[in-house]
Amino acid sequence: MANTNQALRKSPLEGRLGGGAGVTITPADPMSRMSLRVKDKDVKTVGKALGLALPTKPKTSVVSSGKDAQVSALWIGPDEWLVLSGVDADLSGALGKIKPVHSAVDISQRNTAVLLEGPKALDLLQAGCPQNLNDDVFPIGACSRTIFGKAEVVIWRTDAQSYHIECWRSFSDYVFKFMVQAAKGL
Amino acid sequence: MSGLYRISGKGRLTPAKTVAFTFDGKSYEGLEGDTLASALLANGVVLTARSFKYHRPRGTMTEGSEEPNSLIGVRRDTARQQPNVRATMQEIYDGFNAVSQNRWPSLAFDIGAVNSILSPLFVAGFYYKTFMWPRVAWEKIYEPNIRAAAGLGLSPTEQDPDHYANKFAYADVVIIGGGPAGISAALTAAKQGVSVIICDENAEFGGALLYETDVQIDGKSGYDWTQDALAQLGAMDNVTILPRTTAFGYYAQNMIGLCERITDHIAVPEADSPRERLWQIRAKKVIIAQGAIERHLVFANNDRPGIMMASAARSYLNKYGVAVGSKIGVYTACDSAYAAAFDLKEAGVDIPIIVDSRSDVDPALLERARELGLNVQTGHSVIDTTGKLRISGIKVAKNGQTANTKYDVDALLISGGWTPSLHLYSQSRAKPSWDGDVKRFLPENPVQDQVSVGACNGTNDLTELLSEAQDAALNAAKSIGVKKLKKVSAPKEVVTSYGHEGDHIGSSHGAGADDQVKAFVDFQHDVVANDIRLAVREGMRSIEHVKRFTTTGMATDQGKTSNLHGLAIAADGLGKEIPQVGLTTFRSPFTPVSFGTIVNHGAGDLFDPVRRTPMHNWAVEQGAVFEDVGQWKRGWYFPQAGEDMHASVNRECKTVRESAGVFDASTLGKIEVVGPDAAKFLDIIYTNAWSTLKVGRCRYGIMTHEDGFIFDDGVVGRLAEDRFHVTTTTGGAANVLNHMEDYLQTEFPELDVWLTSISEQWGVIGVQGPKARDIIAPLVEDIDLSTENMPHMSVREGRICGVPTRLFRMSFTGEMGYEINVPADYAESVLEAVWAEAQKHNACAYGTEAMHVLRAEKGYIIVGQETDGSITPHDAGLSWAVSKKKTDFVGIRGLMRDDLVAEGRKQLVGLKTKDPKVVLEEGAQIVADPNQPIPMKMLGHVTSSYWSENCGHSIALAIVEGGRSKMGETLYVPMIDRTIEVEVVDTVFVDKDGGRLNG
Repeated sequence: MANTNQALRKSPLEGRLGGGAGVTITPADPMSRMSLRVKDKDVKTVGKALGLALPTKPKTSVVSSGKDAQVSALWIGPDEWLVLSGVDADLSGALGKIKPVHSAVDISQRNTAVLLEGPKALDLLQAGCPQNLNDDVFPIGACSRTIFGKAEVVIWRTDAQSYHIECWRSFSDYVFKFMVQAAKGL
Repeated sequence: MSGLYRISGKGRLTPAKTVAFTFDGKSYEGLEGDTLASALLANGVVLTARSFKYHRPRGTMTEGSEEPNSLIGVRRDTARQQPNVRATMQEIYDGFNAVSQNRWPSLAFDIGAVNSILSPLFVAGFYYKTFMWPRVAWEKIYEPNIRAAAGLGLSPTEQDPDHYANKFAYADVVIIGGGPAGISAALTAAKQGVSVIICDENAEFGGALLYETDVQIDGKSGYDWTQDALAQLGAMDNVTILPRTTAFGYYAQNMIGLCERITDHIAVPEADSPRERLWQIRAKKVIIAQGAIERHLVFANNDRPGIMMASAARSYLNKYGVAVGSKIGVYTACDSAYAAAFDLKEAGVDIPIIVDSRSDVDPALLERARELGLNVQTGHSVIDTTGKLRISGIKVAKNGQTANTKYDVDALLISGGWTPSLHLYSQSRAKPSWDGDVKRFLPENPVQDQVSVGACNGTNDLTELLSEAQDAALNAAKSIGVKKLKKVSAPKEVVTSYGHEGDHIGSSHGAGADDQVKAFVDFQHDVVANDIRLAVREGMRSIEHVKRFTTTGMATDQGKTSNLHGLAIAADGLGKEIPQVGLTTFRSPFTPVSFGTIVNHGAGDLFDPVRRTPMHNWAVEQGAVFEDVGQWKRGWYFPQAGEDMHASVNRECKTVRESAGVFDASTLGKIEVVGPDAAKFLDIIYTNAWSTLKVGRCRYGIMTHEDGFIFDDGVVGRLAEDRFHVTTTTGGAANVLNHMEDYLQTEFPELDVWLTSISEQWGVIGVQGPKARDIIAPLVEDIDLSTENMPHMSVREGRICGVPTRLFRMSFTGEMGYEINVPADYAESVLEAVWAEAQKHNACAYGTEAMHVLRAEKGYIIVGQETDGSITPHDAGLSWAVSKKKTDFVGIRGLMRDDLVAEGRKQLVGLKTKDPKVVLEEGAQIVADPNQPIPMKMLGHVTSSYWSENCGHSIALAIVEGGRSKMGETLYVPMIDRTIEVEVVDTVFVDKDGGRLNG
């Protein structure tokens, strides 16, 4: 029997909106996410398969520049990257045929993301994140796995006043509420 | 009129900007910019408080955060009631309402003042000695009464409606204190391009320049100079100026805690504004410019309302235009008090006498006093005061003599010199060094990257102070890495008319060891000089002991005005030098910080993350009652109309075994283990073997720590040769991943395997029961569900409802069952489809309670319930899950220890109560003979116990010494009201041969 029960997708922060003077808080659209683990010697090969050069410097990210769907790789640890792309991208597929041993795990729906934008975006982040996010140590493109309040997050600075914050889906309610609260009286 | 004591033309407040406020229910008028203290003084209200112990009348003594007396309650509304606010720091606004504390029925007539009459009883150490005996009286009589009398102020009774904010910040230079030193340092540092945060606890920056009207810097008044400097600072992007912000703590690695008060001074704060903000700043360099605190003098009855620090009186005059009295005496050992007397005299206030305990006084000061027609008595002391609710007179005697002259006064300005404020320096763990010449401690040996400048560094001369601050800022910029320092010119001409020379510490003439007088050292804790002497006589040798015995310096003001006096009196009593007695260590906070600020965002909803599964809404719709499991909300049971918990759980358990049940298992921890060495790694982590597990199959695994005790368990499926899907307990998810990473990174780094948490990637729908397959079959697209193709303990990847699934056939109920893993965003939708099918088969939704009962019926353990960190797999009856072939796994050696292989260990068994209706209590102890004398020999305890609707009797699991050899024996569970007889049975109560699993 043909399946009439095609499941519908529902993002954890669907429909939420927040912000205040100087900052907007918006749930990001669904996207493809992959936790990628590669050994030092294979970084180049694996990066090539994804169409970019995997960043090897802590707290940095690389965004692919090709015609294909844009892929971003965020340095998370010495052998760990968070690879992000559009919702339809087949990230694991891109690595399906490569030789080097690696671990590619789909975490598209483990995480969700919140986008912060505006002149007060940094102030908002600093309400909950104890890491130094000032320009000199956290320029555009910088990223870091850190904490926001009591939740683990990955903070990725996508522009001068724009941040992409990844967190596990069950923490997103807490993170979003924290941001809405912190936006008051910045 | 904003008060009879307001002198027109004095101060910087605007006479037209009046505000109405109330104190103890009486209405007054003040001016915008007034503190409660200045506004009350302007209205001639000098009595503001009753002292803590003796309930003596007290008034404002200072003009700053060091205020020991004027602690008041601020009442904004019924919920916002803040006790113990210093009147000297609280700005008033229109409608401001405050009350006095520690008095009944009123400030002027206070019953508690009887303590003062009984004061010979209440000497230091009184409580320690008196209430020791009889012992039994402590709990019943002494403690309740002391508690009722203890404490200062009333806590608010309603929940705090305000919210509080937090900010983490990083700065090159943090400057604590916005007086001339701080401002000068900030200007210099900011011009070098480094980032600067400067804070001051007061509303206005400027420090002493706000009231030292004799100061001229390059032709400008001191006040104008600060305003110019602030304007310059304000225009720079790299500078953050924080007024009303107290640096309350100095922590490791140059972390400074600030409390910024945002709305307490505003009549109608913006609705969204936080009340206070906590700043947690890491600074490359800290410049402490905390200034100095004026000391009082220790003489008989030195605490009457109207007695205050000379600098405070000068400040009230020059900042607020308030004369603190109409006939003001001065008693000093320091030059700076003269400036206060001169300013007041010039403002038209009567100054009948200046008493200077020093014989040798700067002739210039005496000359100026003569010019103003002031009577100065040098080499004299005030030996007593008179007055009840306000000082009315002083007795002045020549030093060393008792013959005295009385002067009528309604205020007395006192000054014992200036104590450099070492609070933050000391908090940073640095030790002060003693400057014997000026009788003060100085911050000479910083242990963190910091420097003290200005009065807190003992530098009182303004010219010197400004250049010291500049140098410190330049050095700071240099040490931070500024290559080319910009030249900053020092002020060319700094004029000051009065200095700060002269000091006195310890008791004054007339308050010696032989004088039976109340000469207060610590006003807030009512400690007099003789209390400290008594402590020394009682054998206290160290200042730390003296402090605790007398409680001097232990009040909320941390002895800001009193510490040096207390130390000097103790040293005198001990016959030692002051540095030998030692200074106590200052602790954070510098001044009290509200709980709200410390908690900041972490209140209410944000106290802790609440984690909900992607199918949470479905459970809500099914009427679930939720329970907290760690941070998770899990469906506990799903009552239908009229059902209580028992009825609901009984129905759920029965339905699962008769038809099927649907369960949200999303919270289980899940880890994807990937790499060519994945199986090898799992062989090490689990007690059982994984290399032998075929692709597409699952196995139940147990993890122990090195000690051999069970740590976690779960089912692991092999998706590919190099890919496993590991499940853990809900509570163990993070620990298991950490444990695995720990071993991978430190013990087996050579293995090619990686671990990724996928707990939240997948929503997990459990379908358990004989109808499970029928329920899911219509939805699963490309997996053959037949037992032949997909037997118990197998896993397949395929699609369900059009989305990918990792479908596990496994069971935690003893029934045939599936766990459908689907990407989390689709979980709710897939579940709705499953639920629609389930309802066709009269299946139910079941929660964690039914899950617990169902698994107990099968004797399946729950880690943390059957195990307590001392149970091995063998104890738990799981020897089959411990590989005998493997040569290594975590815990292999632990399991070989003598104790762990010994006979008679506690083992998991089942218990059946003789009366089938009786349900044992979990945690109840088990004995062999209930008639043995107490304490009885405990054999073990009940770990799980439920009513089993499926069995028709209660069931229990227990760990019992040598339990497996006691099958069929009768044991006893003694309870408070009865003893319950139980039979030791097998742990499996339902479907002993496991046939239902394979249905």
